[in-house]
Formats: sequence, C-alpha cells, structure tokens
Amino acid sequence: MAKKKERTYEKDVIGDGIHSIRKVIEPPKEPSNHRMKYALIGMSALFLILMLVLPLIVVISNALRDGWNTYVGAILDEYTIKALKLTVAATLCAVVVNTIFGIFASYLLSKFYFRGRQLLATLIDIPFSISPVIAGLLFILTFGNVGWMGEFLKSNGIKIVFAVPGVILATIFVTLPFVFRELFPVMNSQGKDEEEAAALMGAGGFTIFRKITFPHIKWALMYGVILCTARAMGEFGAVSVISGHLRGKTITLPLHVEILYNEFHTTAAFAVSSLLVILAVLILIARNIVEWKRK
Amino acid sequence: MYVEMRHVNKTFDGFHASRDVSFAIKKGHMAALLGPSGSGKTTILRMIAGLDQPDSGDILIDEVRVNDLRASKRGIGFVFQNYALFRYMTVADNIAFGLEVQKKSKAEIKARVEELLELISMKELGKRYPHQLSGGQRQRVAFARALAPRPQILLLDEPFAAIDAKVRQELRTWLKEMIGRVGITSIFVTHDQEEAMEIADRIILINQGKVEQIGTPAEICSCPETEFAADFIDARRFEALMSMK
Repeated sequence: MAKKKERTYEKDVIGDGIHSIRKVIEPPKEPSNHRMKYALIGMSALFLILMLVLPLIVVISNALRDGWNTYVGAILDEYTIKALKLTVAATLCAVVVNTIFGIFASYLLSKFYFRGRQLLATLIDIPFSISPVIAGLLFILTFGNVGWMGEFLKSNGIKIVFAVPGVILATIFVTLPFVFRELFPVMNSQGKDEEEAAALMGAGGFTIFRKITFPHIKWALMYGVILCTARAMGEFGAVSVISGHLRGKTITLPLHVEILYNEFHTTAAFAVSSLLVILAVLILIARNIVEWKRK
Repeated sequence: MYVEMRHVNKTFDGFHASRDVSFAIKKGHMAALLGPSGSGKTTILRMIAGLDQPDSGDILIDEVRVNDLRASKRGIGFVFQNYALFRYMTVADNIAFGLEVQKKSKAEIKARVEELLELISMKELGKRYPHQLSGGQRQRVAFARALAPRPQILLLDEPFAAIDAKVRQELRTWLKEMIGRVGITSIFVTHDQEEAMEIADRIILINQGKVEQIGTPAEICSCPETEFAADFIDARRFEALMSMK
C-alpha cells in the first residue's frame, strides 16, 4: 500500500518529532517578502559551506594529495588499523552499556515516582555539562596510581589508567546521557496506563516491556544509539587524557590523527581523518533512515 | 456482599486520599462512585483493582481479604479513563492480550475474541488499530478487552469522560445494557450525577476521601444525609430525569 505522502506545511516536520522544527508562524497566504527569505537561506548556506563543506573538502583533498597509494598505505598502516580496532571496541562497549543503562534509567524515571527523581535526571546529564578533559582527569584522580583507588587496583593487578579499560570508561562516561535523553521524553509521554492495563491482566515485566514499551520506544532507541555511536567514535578530550598516548595500545582514531599531525605526517593525518569522515557519513545516513522510518 | 471495603485509609505524600472508607456492593449490582474531582474516587477504584495499596483497612472480594493478592489474581477487568488501549496492537490483539497472558489455546482465544467483537458490534474492525477508531469505538474495545478473561468484577474509571458530549448519552445506554447482559458486578467512577443516577443501582457519594452517603439514586436525592450530599445533588435535575423515564 504505497501511499504518496501528502506534503503540506502542517505535516512538514523536520527532525525526529521531539526536537523537531515545527511550524512557528503561519506562512503568508500570498507570496510577499521573498527577499527576506532568500537572504536568510543564502546566509545559512554560506555559513554551512564555510564551516562544514569546505573543511570536509580540505580533508579529502589533502588525504589524496600524494596519490591513492599513499592514501591506502596510510590507512592500512599497522597503527591505524590498531587505532581503528580500539575505536570500534570502545564505541561498541559504550553503546551497549549506555543502551542498557539508558533503557533502565528512562524506565525508572518515567514510570515510577519517588523522591529525588529530578536530582537523578540532573545527575545523568553531568557528562553533557562537564568538559571531557576534566572527565578524563577525574578518572586519573580516581583510578590512577596516586588516585584514591590506586592502591587497591594495584594490589589486585588491575590497570585502568593509561590502558584500554580507561579508554573505554572515558568513552562510556562521555556518551552516557545520549540514549537516556532520547528515550526519556518518549517513555514519559507514553504514560504508564498501558503497562498497568497489561499488568492487571497478569502480564510479567518482560512481556510488558517487549509488547507494550518496546514498540513505542524502538525508533527513539535507534536514534539514541546512533547519536551515541557518533559521539563515542569521535571522542577526543577524555580519552586523550586517560590513554597516556601509548602507540598501538591505547590510541584511538582521533588520537592517532593528532599524533600523525604533530609529527608532520600531514597526508597520513588527513587520510586517517577521512576514515572518521566516512564513518560519520554512514552514521548520518543511518540517522536519516531512522528519522524517516519514525514518521 | 461481593465487594467490600472496611475502614480503608490511604495517603499520598501527606495528602489524605481515603479516610475510613467502608462500603459494600452486592453481586450483580452496578455501583457508582460519585463525587467532585479530587475527592478520591479513582484511588478507591485503584485500590480495589490492586494498582494501589491501602495504608490500613481491608478490601474483600467474595468474602476473601485480597489486600495481599496481586492485581492480576483478583479477577478484575479495568476500563481506564483514557482506555489505555495498546496502541501498537490491533483491536483483536488488544482483546486477546489477557487471554494470551493466561496461555489459553489459540482456538479458544480466537473464539472468545470473535464472540466479544460480536458483542460490541465491531466484527469488521478487528484488524484496525486504536488510532483508527472513534472515541466511542475505543471505549467499546476497552470494555471488550476488560471482559475477555471473564473477570468477576468490572471497574470503570470515568468511562465517558473522553467521549464527545453528543454520543455520551447513547453510550451510557449501551454500556448499561451490555453490563446487564453480561451480568457482571461493576463499579464505575464519575463526577457526573446524571450519569450516576441513570446507570447505577447504588450510588456511593464521596467527598474529600470520605463516604458521605450510600444508597439508591432515589434515596440519595430524596433524603440527603449530609450537608454535602444536599449541596452536591441537584434534586430538580433528578426529578426531571425521572419524569423523562
């Protein structure tokens, strides 16, 4: 049943329905002030070209400056592959952990009423408001050798700071609120009547989640996961502080770019950057598919 | 007595929602919990259903104390104020849900769903989703869904609040007839005295969490026992209603 979507001003909502761009002012009935409209469109386009498109072109053209072979060489370099693997691993961990956490937290905060709800919701947002560098430092002060858990970790042979677990922890921390932020408004607006109705008929917690809650949050969840992935892959500050820059061990792609650039391997740095650009574009496509499906 | 509350108290964060509530309803009767908004009617209904727990006092169903019995074990069908239909399931799936949870056989579920769709005269609409229905149709689905697992008691929270005033009258008559046909003990919450007088056998008048008066519609109108009852009930409207009948 392929119905052609009617495109009216009323229905033309850009975005995911939550932070969406909606009609603000009625459009004028007769075409009046076109000059204003085109001036604004022009300004926006110019800004976007300057800030987004040009830098991207610079990245790609610089990456390919010394020819295709150099490009492929830089990407297939042993350290690049290792950095890519660590980035993917850290991203996966962050996404899995934060998805589980996000579902639980938004379920708790939207379906139960208790003292300190507001406080908890605020606490979850801390990673948004705190500088990632500070977050990395906090982990060093907590888990490092001189940190207050340092002795304990050392005596048990656990290494977090300047090691892969630290990188993963930092990534999880920075991307903590994404899934929650997407899910919470959706779950909250659903209310708990449907769940109560199902429970009253004797459905267990898991059945209720699977049949009532999940169908409602599925696209929001996907969207949160995608945002979380994007942020986790690009994370620099917190990871930079906690990784200790051990080449081939605790270096993620963004860190690898920085190291290459600082060592004047400019072409290689841009080549590796282009990897991140490609991943970002893939995410953008996924995001748009999800957004489109959601409507 | 079939449904009974004995000296039930309930507070929410210092707000006294129920104060020493006691009443009893006979089997097969239709009772209305009538009172102004915020008087604690819904809380009483939710406590009978087991969705909220009383702080003190007993709730009895068929002479058995059910305070510690889980909501799903009390044999109750509940029609929520906004119906709370499962929006991602079709009408038929909505009605079947309670039976599926009870792990009834496929054939049995199918037969029961068809029977109920017939009862609510929505046989053709089983494949629709709740958002494709009108308010009145949604109410009928909610009613059928609550009845599907053959509960002993039917509880309805403001069943007509979400309905257009124009069709409300029609639905009232329909609901009364349906409940009469099924013969189920039912309690419904309303703030509309006309509604209560028209469909209920018994009215339990509630104000500020207290039971003000219990009686038949005629009793409540002709001899209000408290100042509130006399104030709240508009006897002239009642007389007009009775003469219309």
